[in-house]
Amino acid sequence: MAEAAVESVTTDNNTHGQRYELSFERPASDTLLVRLAGSWRLENKLPPITEVQQQLESGAAVAQVRLDTTQLSAWDTGLLTFLAGLYTLCQERGIVLDKAGLPEGVRKLIDLAFAVPPQKDTGRRGELPPVLARIGDATLKLLHRAPEMIGFIGEVTLSLGRLFRGKAQYRRSDLMLIIQEVGPQALPIVSLISFLVGMIVAYMGAVQLAQFGAQIYIADLVGIGVVREMGALMTGIIIAGRTGAAFAAQLGTMQVNEEIDAFKALGISPMDFLVLPRILALIIMMPLLVLYADIVGVLAGMFVAGTTFDIGVFEYYQQTARALDLRHFAVGISKGTVYGILIAIAGCLRGMQCGRSAQAVGQATTSAVVTSIVFIVIAASLLTIIFQKLGI
Amino acid sequence: MAAVPEQQMQAEAHITVQDLTMAYGDFVIQRDLTFTVRRGDIFIIMGGSGCGKSTLLRHLIGLKAPAKGEVFYDDVNFWRAEPDEQEHMKRKFGVLFQSGALWSSLTLAENIALPLGQYMDLSPTRIHEVVSLKLALVGLAGFEEFYPSEISGGMQKRAGLARAMALDPDILFFDEPSAGLDPISSRRLDDLILELRDSLGATVVVVTHELASIFAIGNNSVFLDPESKTMIATGDPKDLVESGNPTVRTFLTRGES
Repeated sequence: MAEAAVESVTTDNNTHGQRYELSFERPASDTLLVRLAGSWRLENKLPPITEVQQQLESGAAVAQVRLDTTQLSAWDTGLLTFLAGLYTLCQERGIVLDKAGLPEGVRKLIDLAFAVPPQKDTGRRGELPPVLARIGDATLKLLHRAPEMIGFIGEVTLSLGRLFRGKAQYRRSDLMLIIQEVGPQALPIVSLISFLVGMIVAYMGAVQLAQFGAQIYIADLVGIGVVREMGALMTGIIIAGRTGAAFAAQLGTMQVNEEIDAFKALGISPMDFLVLPRILALIIMMPLLVLYADIVGVLAGMFVAGTTFDIGVFEYYQQTARALDLRHFAVGISKGTVYGILIAIAGCLRGMQCGRSAQAVGQATTSAVVTSIVFIVIAASLLTIIFQKLGI
Repeated sequence: MAAVPEQQMQAEAHITVQDLTMAYGDFVIQRDLTFTVRRGDIFIIMGGSGCGKSTLLRHLIGLKAPAKGEVFYDDVNFWRAEPDEQEHMKRKFGVLFQSGALWSSLTLAENIALPLGQYMDLSPTRIHEVVSLKLALVGLAGFEEFYPSEISGGMQKRAGLARAMALDPDILFFDEPSAGLDPISSRRLDDLILELRDSLGATVVVVTHELASIFAIGNNSVFLDPESKTMIATGDPKDLVESGNPTVRTFLTRGES
């Protein structure tokens, strides 16, 4: 057409003085020529695609869009996003986009971007579902987890059954290594925490008992408090944070590395080979750790009584021996053993459920510790009530 | 047990997949897969990334149950078999996982010794001999006492292969054997696969999208298409490149034809 004229020019300066230019021409009534010149870089604050849209909507219907980039001096992703928008715009309107005018690199990249159509039914599109649906989903997930846990406990039981029949496939050296990690290597932290908790109990009690001159009963208070309750509880919480987390992280990482699949593919049960030794190690070591924590706790009480209230070591020992008998130790240690089993199950369960990413390992670890501690506190309450009712 | 279709029996089928549909929950990965792997084949499972190649492998080696359809080994329906029989069948599989999947807490020697110790009644000396031999076969003699984290990725792959071969498997499965390897290591692995097939007489199933490997070793294949969510070709990749579905041809020629 004769009045083929430049209809609009948009430019903008960038810091380097280079600018982009966008202009439109109508060489024919049904053809829009888009002229791109200058520097089309992200930092040039490029125009929105709506400028082209306005051109397409004004005047005669456009059947073909052509591009002229002969004056283009520089380009980057900025140009590509603009062209991708143009491409989509043309597709929506059934307009032919003639890519011949583009530099070869740009044309190839655009082809690349649209070579694979977007996957539609991935189930990941769309906005967040409504609140009610999300609550429902979360509830269903929670409901699904309960049977998983029960199933896991069942598998652990079967695995223990195989152990007693001598059929479980695991390596004794693994068990020994885990026992070492779980037990002796935990002694420093268990010592520290038990000593401090013993001291806290002693001081708290001493302040009250001193009011009526009964300081010697610190021994009873500390002895019974630590041996029946605190020793096992504190050890449980330390081991949950230390060993439960380690179990989840180890098994989770093995899940990520396909190591657990490798066991399954060979027909070796990961329950026997990985979970069983971990549970055994905690069943064996927890009672010993609790006993150790009890002794350290009582010593802490003795230290406080001796330094603050001048109660002699022998006197304190006598009083403690009068207050405690084996029953109390049995209660504390059996609680500790239960905590140990719960920690091992929670740690291994979360590890085995772990997804296949680094983030999933982190979640598994967190979840193992949280689950263990919740289990421990619930078990502590239940067992305390049961033991009270039984009069032990 | 359902009968295996007749035309597949004639081809000395080793693995037969029938109407297999794979899904994670409601999300279907691939549907209606039907193909046969003949004894002694080097069978390539190919397709673009994310089309479900590795998932198909997991179905074949018994790690994931199909949503629908059957997998036959000879004429035994794997997913309908009793657990004991499944375990027995799995012992005939050797699997090389994508990352090698060596057990990180065990040395290379222990990694290979573990399946041997589990399933064979061998003396420690004999196990040691077998382990050394398997490591020597993959060019890792002398690395017995190394832990997986102490060797390179390519060596881990080869050690994984040594472990996969520990029980003299009938079928070797490879998940992306050349992923993360330089071209020469990758080529060496291909040669090794060919040699193993010839010398052990094993059937080999390889998941890969490495064109060089596909043509160098494959004599049968299936092509999974992520768009239509099903297989669109099966056969010798050298034939498929001549006269296949356009998508397959584009894939096999890297889109250059």
